[in-house]
This record gives sequence, structure tokens and C-alpha cells, in this order.
Amino acid sequence: MKRNRRITDLLVNIWMRFGLYLLLSIPVLVALGLYWKASPLAKDHSVVDLVFSRNWSPTKGEFGFLPFIYSSVYVTLLSFILSAPIGLLAAIYLTQFARRHLLNTMLPVIDILAGIPSVVYGVWGVLVIVPLVSDSIAPWFDTASTGYSLLAGGVVLAVMCIPYVLNMLIEVFQTIPIGMKEASLALGATHWDMVKHVIIQKGFPGIISAFGLGIAKAFGETIAVLMVVGNTLDISLSPLKPGYPLPALIANNYGEMMSIPDYDAALMYAALLLFVIILVINLFFRYFIHKTERR
Amino acid sequence: MNRWKLIEQSFFKAISFLAAYSVILILLFILYVIFEKGFSSLTWDTITRLPEGGYYFGGEGGILNAIVGSLYLSVGATILAVIIGLPAALFINVQLIRLKRTQNTIRYFLDALWGIPSIVYGAFGFAVMVFLGLSASLLAGIITVAFLITPILVRAFDEVLKTIPVELQEASFSLGSTKTETALKVIFRQGFAGFVTALLLAFGRGIGDAASVLFTAGYTDNIPVTLDEPVATLPLAIFFQLTSPIEEVRQRAYAAAVVLTFFILIISISARLLSRRYSKNIIK
Repeated sequence: MKRNRRITDLLVNIWMRFGLYLLLSIPVLVALGLYWKASPLAKDHSVVDLVFSRNWSPTKGEFGFLPFIYSSVYVTLLSFILSAPIGLLAAIYLTQFARRHLLNTMLPVIDILAGIPSVVYGVWGVLVIVPLVSDSIAPWFDTASTGYSLLAGGVVLAVMCIPYVLNMLIEVFQTIPIGMKEASLALGATHWDMVKHVIIQKGFPGIISAFGLGIAKAFGETIAVLMVVGNTLDISLSPLKPGYPLPALIANNYGEMMSIPDYDAALMYAALLLFVIILVINLFFRYFIHKTERR
Repeated sequence: MNRWKLIEQSFFKAISFLAAYSVILILLFILYVIFEKGFSSLTWDTITRLPEGGYYFGGEGGILNAIVGSLYLSVGATILAVIIGLPAALFINVQLIRLKRTQNTIRYFLDALWGIPSIVYGAFGFAVMVFLGLSASLLAGIITVAFLITPILVRAFDEVLKTIPVELQEASFSLGSTKTETALKVIFRQGFAGFVTALLLAFGRGIGDAASVLFTAGYTDNIPVTLDEPVATLPLAIFFQLTSPIEEVRQRAYAAAVVLTFFILIISISARLLSRRYSKNIIK
């Protein structure tokens, strides 16, 4: 009996350790796996060559990622501009002005919004945002647009990012000690003054981190963007023109990638780029959040 | 008091009020659009029949292949995620309970992993698939999705486990139980409500994700019987059919979107109800 217990303990312990180590090695495995498949391309070209070249013609063996990175940055910034104010103001209202009851009803709403699959957001974008851009917004600026545009991508991404950012902001604001707020109010500050000088200042690292993580999420979002952004190779300033973000490139060409030499390596290289960029952003901003949480 | 200050306050109160309620409106708007568009084409045939001849040109049939395929894939991936993730989460909260620094570092890494986009896991899954010599199949899809959802499962479960007081473990040890017994019989039971929530969260992520299975699961009009057959999924069914120029096919994409949204809502609501139900048994 005693011996059995000890053996079980040992075996389960090994199993637990195995699970944990496997989990912690995922980033290393992903990096190695992607690098392995991308190496045919990475061997012949330097990083600078690939990232800053605009020439993309796989049949000629030219793989320049600049147009894709440009589109990705464009839709990401657009979504940030649209979603950040709404997220911040909503979080302030819910944690500072509203009754407790409203926050408790909002948390499930935020959860459901965050849980809606990206493809459903994509369908919504195709049904609502794309016609809106082509029928209302483009004529207003006297241009023609099919609606499948950087703007549509930015709007859909913004809607997807709001629950994600809002959730983190609410957590950030809830960690601010109530005594600080009371001290500010006791000195005669209005409620809004208190929010401005205490909540926003004290939560500043948290707010920046939440925004940063929102940006990282938008940067890697694939299917919803792919469905509304048009997927045309172009570097244009107008948000009404189509774009072709990096994740869309990977997802859109998996079918043909085996038929053209080095094409699969190029797509894996794109995935590796995406992975490294997003992991770095995540590690950086998560660090702030963890530091504030521990206090 | 300064008049401008009060005006400023009312202004910001008003716009932040609008911002907060706009979040609810967005949810309602999305659900309205999806259900309004999809319900008309959602027939009994759509959800109970496989695609038949000429289906992709507007012929007879339904999306049963995608519904069943999605369930197979995400159930399989969730099981795999539990096999890896459950012991890992318990290990962090039992064996490492005295090592706060290590715990926090692990949590930090897992949080960062949560942010990795699914397309990266999809591409990685493709590399794994080539490495193991598999072809696009149910098994390859399960492995890929498991990579995606395991960090989510562990971190969500861990979030509940870390609130369990150390004294409970100490009591268990003082009665002579081993670490394994403490982990599985005391801590796991105490955190069971959190486990159910984490399980459903991971399952929901798995069933709704398209980008990770694009490379690895393939697509088929049949329901797979063995693990090495390709499998259709709901998100991909929506994605492929929506780009069709034929109106009937697009209608089915809308119907499939309703089915998927319905699944997600059910999962989300049952996670809430079940976690409330199981938290009754917790020792406080």
C-alpha cells in the first residue's frame, strides 16, 4: 500500500513535469519549427532584404514583405485609433461612474464579444462594413471603392479589439487603491478631476500595456481581416484602397505554396516574422501588467 | 466651484456613458445581423445533411460534415489539452507553491503565449505535420488546435487555483497525503468550478478558430471515420462558402455562421451556469 502510493506519486509527478515543460517549450518549438521550414529562403536572403523590399513575385523568386508589413501596420493603427478611446472611456465609466450592477452585467457581455469567432466578425464585416464603405463613405469622398478596403479591415479589427482591451483596462482600474481616490475627492476634486489625476496617472503603465496588447492582437488577427481587406498587393495611403496584411498573405496562399519553389518557405518566413514581432510586444507589455499586479 | 470644471465633468461623463453602452450595442448589432441574415436559410436539411452532388453550385445538401467535423476536432484538441494542461496547472499550484518567483515567471510566459495569433500556430502545425510525415488530417488538426488552446486552458484554470489558500494544502499534507493526492483529490476538487470554465473556454476557442486549421485539417464533404482522414470545420465552411459567387451557397455560409454563433453562446452561457453550480461544493 505504502509503496503503491509512492510509485503513483512519482509517476504523476513525472507526468506533471512533462506537461509543464512541454507547455513552456512551445515558443521555442514554434520558433524552431518555423525557422526549419523558412530556412531555404532565410539562407539566401538577409532579413533586411526581405523586410524592406517591395518586390513580390514568387514565380521570379522575389519575396519582398514590405507591402504586407505596410498593410498590417496600417490596419492595426487604424483599429487602434478607433478602438482605444472607446475602450478607455468605457472602462472609466464602468469602474468609476457606473453602479456596480452595470459592471456585473457588462462582464458577461464582454466575455461573449471576446468569444465570438473571428470568422463571424468577418461575416459581419462583409455584410455591414463593406457595403457601408462602398455605398456611403466612398461616394462621400468622391471616389469609388469596392468596399473591401483597409478601412473595412481597421473597423472590423477595432470591434474585435474593444472587448479584449476593455477587459484588461477594467482589471487595471480595479487594482487602484480606493484610498487614493478618496484622498483626491476629499481635497475637493470633482469626480472627473479625480479620474484624470488619480485613475489615469496611476493606471498609466497598465493603460499603455492594455493598448500595446490590443495592438499585438490586431496585428496577428487573420480570418476576419482576410475577409474584408481586399487582398491586393499595393502600397497606398488611402484607407479606401484594398490592402494585403501579413496574416492574410499566409492564410490566402496555403493552397498554391507547394507548387512554386521557395513559396512555402516565404510563407513560413512571414509566420516567423509575425511570431517574433508579436511575442516581443507581448513579453514587453505583459511585463508591466505583471509588475503592477504583484504590488 | 469652478463652472468649467463641472461642464468638463458632465461632458466626459456623457461620452464615457456612450462608450460603455456602445459595447452592448455592438454585441446586439452583431448578433442581430448574423441571426437576421442566417435564420431564413437555416433549414433542417442544412444541419442534418452532407453536401451532395453540385452542392457548391447551389445543389442539395447541408453542412453536417462541418458541424460534426468541428465537434470532433475541438473535442479531440480539448482532451489533448487537458492531458498536457491539467497536470501542468496543478504542478504550478502544488509543487511550486513556495516558489512565488517561479510561479510568476511561468504565468508571465503563459500570458505571452496566449497572445500568439492562431495563424502562427497554423503555420507551426504545418511544420510539425511535415516533420511527423502526416498529411492534412483530423489528427494534424487536433495537434495544432491543442497547441493553441493548452496555454489558454492552463492559464484560466490557474487563475482559479491560485486563489486557493495554502492552509488547505498544509492541512492535507499534515494528514499524511502525498503531493499527488493533495493535487488531485484536494486542489483539483476545490478548483473544479474553475476547471469547467477553463475547459469550456478552451473548447470555445478551438471550435471557433479557422486560421490554425487552414493548413492542417484539410477539407472534405464527408465525416471522417479515422484520425488520418481530412476533416471539415464550421469556420472554414463559412469562409469558403462566403466567397462563392452563387447566392444559395452564400446563404449556407450565413446559416453556418448562425450555427457557430449559437454553439459559442451555448458554451459561454453553460460555462457561467456550471461554474456557479460547482462552486457550491467549495470549502471556504
